[in-house]
Amino acid sequence: MHPAFSVIFLTTLIGVGQGLFLALYTGQLYSVVKVLPVQDSPGFYGVGSLIAVAFLIAGLFASFFHLGHPERAWRSAARWRTSWLSREVIVLPAFTGMVALYGLVHYSGLNPVLFTFRETFQVDLSLLIGAVATLLAFTLFLCTGMIYACIKFLQEWATPLTVVNYTLLGSASGFTLATAFAAWHGSGLTSFYGGWAILLTVLAFVTRVAALIRNARIRHKSSLQTAIGVRHVRIEQKSQGFMAGSFNTREFFHGAPTTVFRLIKWTFLVLVFPVPVFLLAIGLGAQAAVVFLAAFAVQYLGLIAERWFFFAQSNHPQNLYYQTV
Amino acid sequence: MKQLALVIDLNVCVGCHACVTSCKEWNTSGTAGYLADMNPFGKDPTGTFFNRVMTFEVGEFPNTETVHFPKSCLHCEDPPCVPVCPTGASYKRDEDGIVLVDYDKCIGCKYCSWACPYGVRELDEHQKVMKKCTLCVDRIYDESLPEAERKPACVLACPTSARLFGDVNDPDSEAATAIRERGGYQLMPEWGTKPANHYLPRRRTRITIHEDELVRADNPLKKERQLPMPDKDEQTLDDVTSW
Ligand code: SF4
Ligand code: SF4
Repeated sequence: MHPAFSVIFLTTLIGVGQGLFLALYTGQLYSVVKVLPVQDSPGFYGVGSLIAVAFLIAGLFASFFHLGHPERAWRSAARWRTSWLSREVIVLPAFTGMVALYGLVHYSGLNPVLFTFRETFQVDLSLLIGAVATLLAFTLFLCTGMIYACIKFLQEWATPLTVVNYTLLGSASGFTLATAFAAWHGSGLTSFYGGWAILLTVLAFVTRVAALIRNARIRHKSSLQTAIGVRHVRIEQKSQGFMAGSFNTREFFHGAPTTVFRLIKWTFLVLVFPVPVFLLAIGLGAQAAVVFLAAFAVQYLGLIAERWFFFAQSNHPQNLYYQTV
Repeated sequence: MKQLALVIDLNVCVGCHACVTSCKEWNTSGTAGYLADMNPFGKDPTGTFFNRVMTFEVGEFPNTETVHFPKSCLHCEDPPCVPVCPTGASYKRDEDGIVLVDYDKCIGCKYCSWACPYGVRELDEHQKVMKKCTLCVDRIYDESLPEAERKPACVLACPTSARLFGDVNDPDSEAATAIRERGGYQLMPEWGTKPANHYLPRRRTRITIHEDELVRADNPLKKERQLPMPDKDEQTLDDVTSW
């Protein structure tokens, strides 16, 4: 497939937003059960949510460049019963709204305690909103992943690993950003987030490499034989019926030379996983916000390469019909 | 249920592209807007077509066959392109099984083209919406046309009659009969899309005759010559079997 930058930015940016929110909420949950110190609401959760919302909106903005008719985008909420894309279109704004509300409640201090659990654990409004938003965050990961995983003949994508990778890669980058944010804010959560970021990155490494191994061994079900229905071992296309390009020759081929293709694979394997883990580890030692920020920047760059590769690697069966001019 | 479709006979298609040009001509002149042709005389011309004819070579030189292969939307009975559309712009008609795109609803997200294994949907560079074969839906029901012309433009244009049009679910139709009797098959059956368009395979036009088939091996007179003709009134084996 041809990797479109609009979709690359959409999926990576919202992944960061989702991950960052999950990090904030995890921090709050831990502090409610008194494992971690309580943070100051407006400064930490308020500003943190604002950053998450900014990432989500940037992603949404990028997605509009993918459309031929962005002004009709509202129509895409219509078919949520059958289309994962439609479901994503609904869940993304809902999630963004919830995170914004979560931030607002923290920032404004309008955060009444709703009830107290076992006399010690105070459940306030933000905790409830956060729970809903968490549910939406995971639903969004599911929707985004399923958009790709549900097309069964794009065999590189049609695996549960696609959803798992979207979830883990998004969470990892979000937790890395949360580490940098916590360090910059000077809160005591830096080590907590840093540890999670390393763990998630390592987990994402395992599942992403699993997907790479799976895809390297894939046997494509369609062949020229099934494509034109002629049972002969040797079939060669001599003409595709037109000499210039068409939508079919542009949308479904990445067009990069093999060396570039391989280079991008190794780039993302290095930038997304070992480098950020290394930087996070250094940062945790030195407690320096700059190092964490660098870890995030490197990981995000790597994710752009990762997403490019994700698209470029998948082979559409329609390509069988468009091999020679 | 009614399912209109094309049946394309690869045995007689000569790859003349008459269906391509007549399709373009008809569909670029309709009320739905023209089919874009960008830079038609420039360096990188590109355009929207509903139908394209490809050419394949089968076999090893010198024993090769050239197969011309016209391809347009197959109007699948279980179209994977329809449920993925977020707006409902892509839909399949209940009354005749034609898969269409509502150009006024389409947002041009291209998701349906990803979900079609056959590569027959094309995003129009001019209107920025997804386009594909409509089976000339604006022609086949047009009562102002003589009945014989209420067929897709490609079918009318084909000089070798390689394209049959009809309801593949009506066993008496020309299309269904051809599929049944001439080994009609579907493309990429492995994905369960159940394409309504079928293709008729190449047929052998050579017969092999061995020498002993020309000379009666079991001639009791051991000589090849005319057997004594039976008498006019004599019963022959033909009379026996034609009771
Ligand atoms: S051939 Fe492609 S576009 Fe046409 S109905 Fe089937 S899946 Fe849809
Ligand atoms: S490009 Fe148009 S028809 Fe295709 S899925 Fe998107 S909205 Fe539906």
